Amino acid sequence: MDRIPILKMGPFLLVTIQVDMHDRLALSLQDDLAERIASTEARGVLIDISSLEIVDSFIGRVLANIAAVSRVLDAQTVVVGMQPAVAITLVELGLSLPGVRTALNVERGMELLRAALESETLGSDGDASTAF
Amino acid sequence: MVSVRQAVRAWAVEMKFSLVDQTKLVTAASELARNTLIHGGGGSARLEALEDGGRQGIRLIFEDQGPGIEDVKLALTDGYTTGHGLGLGLSGSRRLVNEFEITTSPGEGTRVAVTKWK
Repeated sequence: MDRIPILKMGPFLLVTIQVDMHDRLALSLQDDLAERIASTEARGVLIDISSLEIVDSFIGRVLANIAAVSRVLDAQTVVVGMQPAVAITLVELGLSLPGVRTALNVERGMELLRAALESETLGSDGDASTAF
Repeated sequence: MVSVRQAVRAWAVEMKFSLVDQTKLVTAASELARNTLIHGGGGSARLEALEDGGRQGIRLIFEDQGPGIEDVKLALTDGYTTGHGLGLGLSGSRRLVNEFEITTSPGEGTRVAVTKWK
């Protein structure tokens, strides 16, 4: 069975979905990512869906699950590159991807992950700015 | 399911539907095909090109010989599910099309026909 490749870049994992995703492929991505987060101690996951022509309720749920599982494993997830037509359809379908962070493109997504990691690192150093 | 999505996309492109309408129709097809597969135990999908007084449309018909739906009103409620999904398949896809028609009774299978006009 084919699988979606997961790339490691520093403390982050990158996934680019470039195929029309069938349900089983989406589920195996969910499992693979959880394992890779644990084995690489990744702190963030960036999922690029700019090539996805639709996101239906199943794929939407998988994205939400991935974000939830990563959070439990102490990693942030950001989904980037959603096509405008996909966003319109998704909302009309009734899905707003609660709990999933999104960014317009890979660059902004990476910024988001880096910023999240930085603010956390500062916090654990007992920085005064985190006192509130 | 992937092949149903691809066929619907090809037709919608051919008939020059807008990108948003293409996406809505393909997404609805994906939801309904999954229902046919999971709840109906498999079935058929049919595509029809419609022409009505100058306007063009696509109709998708999904049929299965599965257990049918006991309470259609309930099945069309957002968030109601008998499976493991989000319960948005029927109710959500209904919002993505112009016409939505469901014929079902317990033990008799289910037929869902949706139409999207250009």
